[in-house]
Amino acid sequence: MSTTLLSVRGLSITLGSDARATSLLQDVSFDVSTGQILSIVGESGSGKSMTAKAIMGLLPPKANSSGIAMFRGQNLLAKNTTPPRGTGIGLIFQEPMTALTPVLTIGSQLTEAIVVHGLADINAAHRRAIEMLDRVGIPNPVQRMRQYPHELSGGMRQRVMIAMMMLLEPDILIADEPTTALDVTVQAQILDLLRDIVFDTQIGLILITHDMGVVAEMASDVIVLKAGQVVEAGSVQQIFDAPNAEYTRALLDAVPSIEAAHLQPLSTKGTVILSARNLHKTFRGQRGVGPAGPKTKALDDVSLDIWHGETLALVGESGSGKSTLGRVLLRLTEADQGTVELGNMDLLALTGAQLRLTRRKIQMIFQDPYASLDPRQSVGAAILEPIIIQGSATKSDRHEVVSELLTRVGLTPEMANRFPHEFSGGQRQRIAIARAIASGPELIIADEPTSALDVSIQAQILDLLADLKQEKKLTMLFISHDLAVVRQVADRVAVMRQGRIIELGPVDAVWSAPRHPYTKALIDAAPVPDPHRKRGLRTPLTGSFSTGKLTEVAPGHWVAS
Amino acid sequence: MDTKVDTSVHASPLGFWKRLLLSPNGIVGLVIVLGLIFCAIFAEHLAPHNPAKMGTGGRFLPPNSDFFLGTDEFGRDMLSRILYGSRITLLIGAVAVGISLTIGMLIGMLAAFRRGWIEAILMRSTDILFSFTETLIALSFVAVLGPSLQNAVIAVGVAGIPFYARTCYSAALVETSKPYFEASISIGSSPGRLLFFHLLPNVLPTMIVVATLGVSTAILAAAGLSFLGLGAQPPTSEWGYMLAGSRDYINRAPWLMTIPGLAIAVTVLGFNLLGDGLRTSLDPVERK
Repeated sequence: MSTTLLSVRGLSITLGSDARATSLLQDVSFDVSTGQILSIVGESGSGKSMTAKAIMGLLPPKANSSGIAMFRGQNLLAKNTTPPRGTGIGLIFQEPMTALTPVLTIGSQLTEAIVVHGLADINAAHRRAIEMLDRVGIPNPVQRMRQYPHELSGGMRQRVMIAMMMLLEPDILIADEPTTALDVTVQAQILDLLRDIVFDTQIGLILITHDMGVVAEMASDVIVLKAGQVVEAGSVQQIFDAPNAEYTRALLDAVPSIEAAHLQPLSTKGTVILSARNLHKTFRGQRGVGPAGPKTKALDDVSLDIWHGETLALVGESGSGKSTLGRVLLRLTEADQGTVELGNMDLLALTGAQLRLTRRKIQMIFQDPYASLDPRQSVGAAILEPIIIQGSATKSDRHEVVSELLTRVGLTPEMANRFPHEFSGGQRQRIAIARAIASGPELIIADEPTSALDVSIQAQILDLLADLKQEKKLTMLFISHDLAVVRQVADRVAVMRQGRIIELGPVDAVWSAPRHPYTKALIDAAPVPDPHRKRGLRTPLTGSFSTGKLTEVAPGHWVAS
Repeated sequence: MDTKVDTSVHASPLGFWKRLLLSPNGIVGLVIVLGLIFCAIFAEHLAPHNPAKMGTGGRFLPPNSDFFLGTDEFGRDMLSRILYGSRITLLIGAVAVGISLTIGMLIGMLAAFRRGWIEAILMRSTDILFSFTETLIALSFVAVLGPSLQNAVIAVGVAGIPFYARTCYSAALVETSKPYFEASISIGSSPGRLLFFHLLPNVLPTMIVVATLGVSTAILAAAGLSFLGLGAQPPTSEWGYMLAGSRDYINRAPWLMTIPGLAIAVTVLGFNLLGDGLRTSLDPVERK
């Protein structure tokens, strides 16, 4: 029998004084009961985090909240009320790195809260902390108690955060994008853990996320927020199967699915335009004098051909070396060893002016549209820069070229005189794309071009890239951690792990019949935006895989043996 | 899929001047500094007497209706001397900071951009210079070049180089590691273009703030040198020198020391406030 734990009615938040107040949240109402997972979904700026902050009493001083949030017979939104943080409602943050104090051991941070709240004495607290670490799936909990946060991986830290919150035995847990900063396999584990905890202890979980896949896997009820207003609320089946609101439908349409069929026809094997052979790159922990730090093999004997007109996706988790490979091809990072042939030149042997002229042929689209444009350069100047450097347009043509490029990426020519900070993230990424295609490159390397963007914007940018590719016969190396996006845009895919390519082949073949156990685990872990497909326990990732030479198991499909 | 694109742009944020004028520090600093510049330019018209003429009034006259700030040991009008002194003071500040800023920024930008052995040589030499106090560097410079106002200014300018080089170096390091800088490398920009089109405009705001704050330090340092007799020579009306020359009469005519001291203090305060205001208003308006 479920009972209502938290009941929120008419929650509104305004920012600023009464006269010129901006509304951040309007009239949000929901209930959370025992054993329920309620998901609050929305794009950036929708007010989903504000909702959590209001309940926790953590709003910034200038923000005013109104409405009622009844919890344990007390209105949390009333003036002079301090919500029972920790003991009543626990909060888990997105960034487990910054949510733990770096200078204290895990053990002291775990026990501190219990002792401060007077739940147990120090010895009992220590015992309970170890039990809880074991419960959240941390191996060797006794040793972990003595370690510092930086000694743990991101996933482990998030487990510690969950343990810390659960030790205080809250009735409700609020998780604000708890897995956004984590790799997809780790994300799956953390989500499993949260679901387990909710099932076992019958607490209520408010899961704040932008990821419809996570919602489908986790939630029983969903609230869709847009610009501070509830667009739609209902059970997860209803939201996904029969969304009422236009916005919800658009949001669901924009979500790429790993299961979706490939949209573009597979380009047949064309001529090789870039051919990398035996690339090695090792990073050392420390530079300069003194003992060398630990070595990290970012690239370990990587060989790869890119065919004309294809989109080749590089997939892997953080630290897999996928970004390093992109940077080596751009000569932003120097490889230790190996060759890269572009046309009939060895790209890695070029220097000076020759290198600068050749750079035109490979262009990059960066992940962060806020950082990849010079803040003090007008948009027109930024787009014009590669053209001026390559001397490929006369002075009189320049204005027209910029107008044309801006129009092509969906912006207006008048925007040329504006500066990057006047644009939104999606618009900036369009500007970056215009700049990348300005010099007429042969290969475009896109390093997570949409992962900093909202899903509806992501869909637009992916469409734009697909159109441009078709129109200009571009070849693209698409670096991503998002398997669903890759499925949508790529022709071929290379899966990387720890600096090695472990599987390479046509995207449909690899996704529908992965041969390598790591690829299988990766695909298995990706959340699917379909609530009817609740999956059982996943195959846990175990220690070592075969990472040997690639052998061809089917035409064009290579797997590490 | 409809490809309707949002083509609106954010409302343009307040301009630089508006933001400067809205910050209390900035506006007070600006008023003081503008006032100083005004005094320096129109000293001839504002000064009631010739600053170098002895016996304009009696000796050691306290402030009165004829001589607003009194007269000194030679009967020179203090108000006129202070007004003319503002010229030299401002010139010292501007030239000394100009020297430190130009050379310091070149060193800092080059070191951050080139890395490797160039970085090592430039920054380690800067570290060595840093280990001496500025006054010591300035003193030894004057000792070599000989005491004169011009040499004092050069000395103060050289002594400030390490500080500007270090500040610029760290600002440039941050900028060179940003994606836009790499983006520019990857389109084939030449080193000169990278340095002067991308790096310079992005470190300049930081350096302008530092330089504004540095003007006050330079004025103080030059006044210190003059006070020691190594800077301005008589009969120049320079505030530091006036301070030094009147220390024998501190009991008899306290205003002789107080007034130039106050003038230096107000100038330093003005530049510090302006620097503070500039810092807030030059902050790039990235992601609100």
